[in-house]
Amino acid sequence: MTTAPATARASHEDRAVGLWADAFHRMRRSPAAIVGGTIVGFFVLVAIFAPFLAPFDPTRGSLGESYLPPSAEHWFGTNIQGQDVLSRIIFGARLTLGIAVMSVVMGVSIGAFFGALAGYFRGWVDSVIMRAVDIMLSIPGLLLAIGVVTFLGRGIVQIAVAIALINIPIFARLLRASLLGLRETDYVTAARSVGVRGPSLLLRHMLPNAVGPLIVQATLALATAVVDAAALGFLGLGPPDPRTPEWGTMLSDTYRYLNNAVYLAFFPGVAIVISVLGFNLLGDGLREALDPKLRR
Amino acid sequence: MGKFILRRLLLLIPILLGLTIVIFLFIRLLPGDPAGAILGERATPESLERVRAALGLDRPLPEQYFEYLSGLVRLDLGSSFITNRDVVDDFLQRFPATIELSVAAMIFALGLGIPLGLVAAKRRGTLVDNLGTVVSLIGISIPIFFLGLMLKFAFAIQWPILPDSGRIDLIQYFIPRVTNFMTVDAILAGEMGGFVDALRHLVLPGIALGTIPLAIIMRITRASVIDVLNEDYVRTANAKGLPGDVVDNRHVLRNALLPVVTVIGLQTGLLLGGAILTETIFGWAGVGKWIYDAVVNNDYQVIQSGVLLLALIFVFVNLIVDISYAFLNPRIRYS
Repeated sequence: MTTAPATARASHEDRAVGLWADAFHRMRRSPAAIVGGTIVGFFVLVAIFAPFLAPFDPTRGSLGESYLPPSAEHWFGTNIQGQDVLSRIIFGARLTLGIAVMSVVMGVSIGAFFGALAGYFRGWVDSVIMRAVDIMLSIPGLLLAIGVVTFLGRGIVQIAVAIALINIPIFARLLRASLLGLRETDYVTAARSVGVRGPSLLLRHMLPNAVGPLIVQATLALATAVVDAAALGFLGLGPPDPRTPEWGTMLSDTYRYLNNAVYLAFFPGVAIVISVLGFNLLGDGLREALDPKLRR
Repeated sequence: MGKFILRRLLLLIPILLGLTIVIFLFIRLLPGDPAGAILGERATPESLERVRAALGLDRPLPEQYFEYLSGLVRLDLGSSFITNRDVVDDFLQRFPATIELSVAAMIFALGLGIPLGLVAAKRRGTLVDNLGTVVSLIGISIPIFFLGLMLKFAFAIQWPILPDSGRIDLIQYFIPRVTNFMTVDAILAGEMGGFVDALRHLVLPGIALGTIPLAIIMRITRASVIDVLNEDYVRTANAKGLPGDVVDNRHVLRNALLPVVTVIGLQTGLLLGGAILTETIFGWAGVGKWIYDAVVNNDYQVIQSGVLLLALIFVFVNLIVDISYAFLNPRIRYS
């Protein structure tokens, strides 16, 4: 962290606490952050240890075992191919979290890059980037993703790219707004007055202070990414190999058989809801923890 | 006010031009080839060339773009590769169904979201408030397609009190299509039973589509009411002994609903995206189902034009929201 604000605070507080230490401290007291963090942590662990946790191979099944209702052997039942639904949900966590993280990382880095350019250089650079952002934001997110996947072809990377494209304008606009606000702050003026210029001013003094809202938005974007990825799967634009366990695809596979096998739609759906809830809670908790106005 | 509207309209021009350029280039420059998509994997190079020529894809890009733009101005967006029907005609015929569904969803979202948000704000920190917060968090986190499936399972299959798909019982009611709004057409036909039936068909998809806006509107209303409750004029109104209802309606809600207006605009984009999922689940013959069918059939022309038309509508709805916001809040106009 930059040292200037920390020392300034130390002079009238008993002990100096950095932004991150303080945020972490306050997150531990926020029920939203704790519940959200636990849920997200749980899904991350499930994704990492999927091969050890899943009782069956998610892609193998025998037709003799199709449509088994939930039982001691198959907790969440089996699908039309006789594949174990629980194992598919466990391996699906890998895929879903993978797509979500990939798309948000792409969205944040590209979006933040353009947002930084726009917010730092202003002028025509800003105008051009912001008009492009307006155009991208004028296409409803899911529609944009559907368009991208239809034209790029189906596949995991294509899905991640499609969702990243929804996120790029959001992050560009967010970082630009933060930077514009920061330009007018006293410490940036101070840094400029002692001769800090160019990339150093942007990277060392402005960006670290603009990163909080980005992290909050990125966490919330993970929630949206999980939903969007599942929505694409549900619409038949999921991974091309039908054996791939993807939560949204699992739902669409089964919705015609709702009346006799509702469990096939229910369990993957619940997995989506809980993971999305986790990211949303964590994002809300982070927002409260990182909001400077709420700091004491 | 006139100046403000003019400025916003001028700002539309680069966005609309940019939108057409993006969608145009998207289809021509990406690796996916429309001709290949139409003919499938086993197409011969000769037949690919023929289709590319028929689509005008072999001409220089600026020429193609000019052609595309002049078609757009004449409202000619080509026809579906699959059904050969005019895209704009199909869109106009189906769009009322989507508006009808979206209106039902927004009535559900606003009708429940604003009172619930108000109650939560006035009883801040109580069990009611916390319960509301939890429910709205879950509402935001439920994907439309999952909620839709579960609603359908619960109220149309397991406990069949509502229809599971379609816009009206076609066997029982014959409604001549005039406006393509089923409820309106039923009334025009003097068929009250049909009107009620059309309303019943709106319930489940309306709830499925309206739940996320409901949760968001509830949150925004709560936060905004809490802000307003701390204002001096509310304390004054209470101090001079006005009845609670009057304070709520005249002083609190009227000021607290400003941010809600913006949210309604932002939600339109989500509604249009959500309509694709909702209409697919409930067999609703609107624009969303149309685009879904186009995706399934690789009908490029419909996807391309559908995305463009929905984006145009989204842009215009946001324009209307901006203008009405400026109308409601004089501070915006002069900034």
